[in-house]
Amino acid sequence: MMTPDRRFIPRPRIAFAALALFAGATAFGDFASSLQAIKSVGPEGRGNADAARAWAELSALPASELPRLVAAIDGAGDLARNYVFSAATAIAERELKAGHALPLAALGDYVFDTSHGARSRRLAYELIGRADAATAEAMVAGFMDDPAPELRRDAVQRLADKAVKIAAEGRTNAAGVLYQQALQFARDGDQIESLVRPLKDLGRPVDVVQLLGFLTHWKIIAPFDNSGRAGFEKVYPPENELRFDAEYEGKDGKVRWKDFEGTHEFGMIDFNKAAAPLKDVAGYASTEFFADAARPAEIRIGCKNGWKIWFNGTFLFGRDEYHRGAEMDQYKLPVTLQPGRNSILVKCTQDEEKEEWTVEWEFQLRVTDPTGRVIRSLPAPAKVASER
Amino acid sequence: MSSLPLPRLVTVVALTLTLAALGVASNVGADWLQFRGRDASGSIPEATLPTALEPKKSIAWEIGLPGRGLSSPVIVGDRVFVTCSSGPKETRLHVICVRAADGVKLWERQFFATGRTMTFTKTSVAANTPASDGTHIFALYSSNDLVALDLDGNVQWIRGLAVDYPNVGNSLGMSSSLVCAEGTVVAQVEGDSQSLALGIDAVTGLNRWKLDRPKRANWSSPIVYKEPASGRERVCLQSSKGLLAVDPVSGKEVWNYPEGASTIPSSTVGKGVIFVPSFGITALKPGAPGEAPQQLWRAGNLRPGTSSPAVIGDRVYSLNDGGVLSAGEVADGKRVWQLRLKGPFSASPVAAGRYLYVPNEKGLLQVVDTSRPEGEVISEMDLGETILSTPSIAGNAMYLRSDGKLWKIGG
Repeated sequence: MMTPDRRFIPRPRIAFAALALFAGATAFGDFASSLQAIKSVGPEGRGNADAARAWAELSALPASELPRLVAAIDGAGDLARNYVFSAATAIAERELKAGHALPLAALGDYVFDTSHGARSRRLAYELIGRADAATAEAMVAGFMDDPAPELRRDAVQRLADKAVKIAAEGRTNAAGVLYQQALQFARDGDQIESLVRPLKDLGRPVDVVQLLGFLTHWKIIAPFDNSGRAGFEKVYPPENELRFDAEYEGKDGKVRWKDFEGTHEFGMIDFNKAAAPLKDVAGYASTEFFADAARPAEIRIGCKNGWKIWFNGTFLFGRDEYHRGAEMDQYKLPVTLQPGRNSILVKCTQDEEKEEWTVEWEFQLRVTDPTGRVIRSLPAPAKVASER
Repeated sequence: MSSLPLPRLVTVVALTLTLAALGVASNVGADWLQFRGRDASGSIPEATLPTALEPKKSIAWEIGLPGRGLSSPVIVGDRVFVTCSSGPKETRLHVICVRAADGVKLWERQFFATGRTMTFTKTSVAANTPASDGTHIFALYSSNDLVALDLDGNVQWIRGLAVDYPNVGNSLGMSSSLVCAEGTVVAQVEGDSQSLALGIDAVTGLNRWKLDRPKRANWSSPIVYKEPASGRERVCLQSSKGLLAVDPVSGKEVWNYPEGASTIPSSTVGKGVIFVPSFGITALKPGAPGEAPQQLWRAGNLRPGTSSPAVIGDRVYSLNDGGVLSAGEVADGKRVWQLRLKGPFSASPVAAGRYLYVPNEKGLLQVVDTSRPEGEVISEMDLGETILSTPSIAGNAMYLRSDGKLWKIGG
């Protein structure tokens, strides 16, 4: 007969269980069942009632259970992760307020084991910081090449902050070295931009396109009609076939695919350059990406126009929002690269607005691994290249 | 041991429940449960706040906040609830609860954003004001994450509206605040690409209803009014198309004002009239159940800017983008006076008694005595920080936040 997990008997849970029984509800009674209830939260609120009862049980656990709870973040979906995360931080808040210690050594072990997920390791690190801010701060420098984006970002930022300080003291060459080092490890677009700017000022321009892996060689066909913004939903021929020698009826006559190489500092593919500044139009851009092996990846796109994207012929996502803003890696779309050739097709639609800030008709796109590390396309194989 | 006879037991239980209900109602009456207060008028007639502002005398306490935010504080009893967002790209969401008496933090809960967090730099992910039904706090963020907690911070349910509906959102940021009505939490998540209004069961977190809404960016917030004939609460959903009144339990249309409305300032309720930011301000008087509201008047010269109007007694007050405060008659919309304040403003004015309080974006809190013949700014206090958030009032205190601080003024 299985014995109950003795660690899972916090007193508040007993009170909760009594209350739950009174209310006709059932306590889950063990860690695994509680966790399962939380992981079962489904779309549109389904499963929340059970998850809330499980949260009450998990958040009543003693501090010694924090490493186990932290580990439960891995493999949890978006919503379940938030249940677990908030339960863990509630435990830490309660225990620290009561003057109890958190299991620093176990949490440290967890952080140092990079086989764990980024979110759970970050949580473990933050719990250490709640209990002992000085220790957490001292750990930061060790995260410079960490796979967890937030840990890594902190380490890069510390280096960047040092560079700023040194630059302010007039030691510009030394500052440049630190900026360069920080740039080697930075993954987040905004952080990279913040490092590229001072380097440029120091006379050390950075090839951002190369650094960030923006795809700049495309074939473009445009314009098709987007009057009344109807072109976003309208299926034009490139959505059905990618025949680069084909000719189609466009908005103002026949249109054909043209080679286009983006030269923008941040890799923007500008339809206005490829097809003249236009409004009420739609265009398509296509490129190929060659991978050495099957692997999980993200297509990261930034665009302030309407856009749709297909990967290897499969529609991924689309959004008909116009001129509300764009940023690097605005949308992250998980894909699986297949070995060899992968095709990417982007539809980009422009609206009718006439204001100066609505002129842009462009997007930027790169391929990364799920942590943001650039994946670069292999050169096109000669055989495949001849088929293009 | 003797037991109570059944009829007496029933009486005792009924009396106990009634007193409990009265107690809750009385408590709720002193609270500020949503954006612009208990009835979306932005006004508490019986409140008394300092009218001669001085930092040393007027500020009861100030505390640091763990992140940015434009959302207003919500006050339930002796607790003040504030939402914040922090971290790279503001992907960390916070709900904090502090004791109203002294500003001591009672608890904090954090969540990961599950939706996109991109916003225009001026705004932030914690832009939507949370709402309370008196026993729970419901917090919505620009990332379309929606969490329900009890007043002690225990998680009741969690929704990721961008998980359920991946194209909701606005790259400039979302800001529509929540309301609660008849056990339903109402959220307008409206944008160019996907636009929805949701009625969510306050207890279970399940959808009671879901309405497709006009596909256009919308930052305005819903309001609640009580239908006089039925005593039922009705929720008004504002958009570029107008104002749609729905039953909060079923989501069914009660009436529709289809003539367009602003997508930034929200409607205001007072004296049984709904003041809609439409053609300036359009005053609508809801009628009997099933009847369209009566349009009382339209006043183009009361057009609000970013700020939503406020109502004090027989007058409605509207602040335009030029920083000009206009006082209009509730009865006929006639503009009575205008007063230039020191702007610019993102916050909406709120009122305690006859005094309007409004902070400008530079952090200058201004007090307007609306009883003066032309209105008059009678006091100012520089809080020294950018303030884009609308103040909240409970008891005889105002709670106001910036990206970094929460202040209690008066009380």
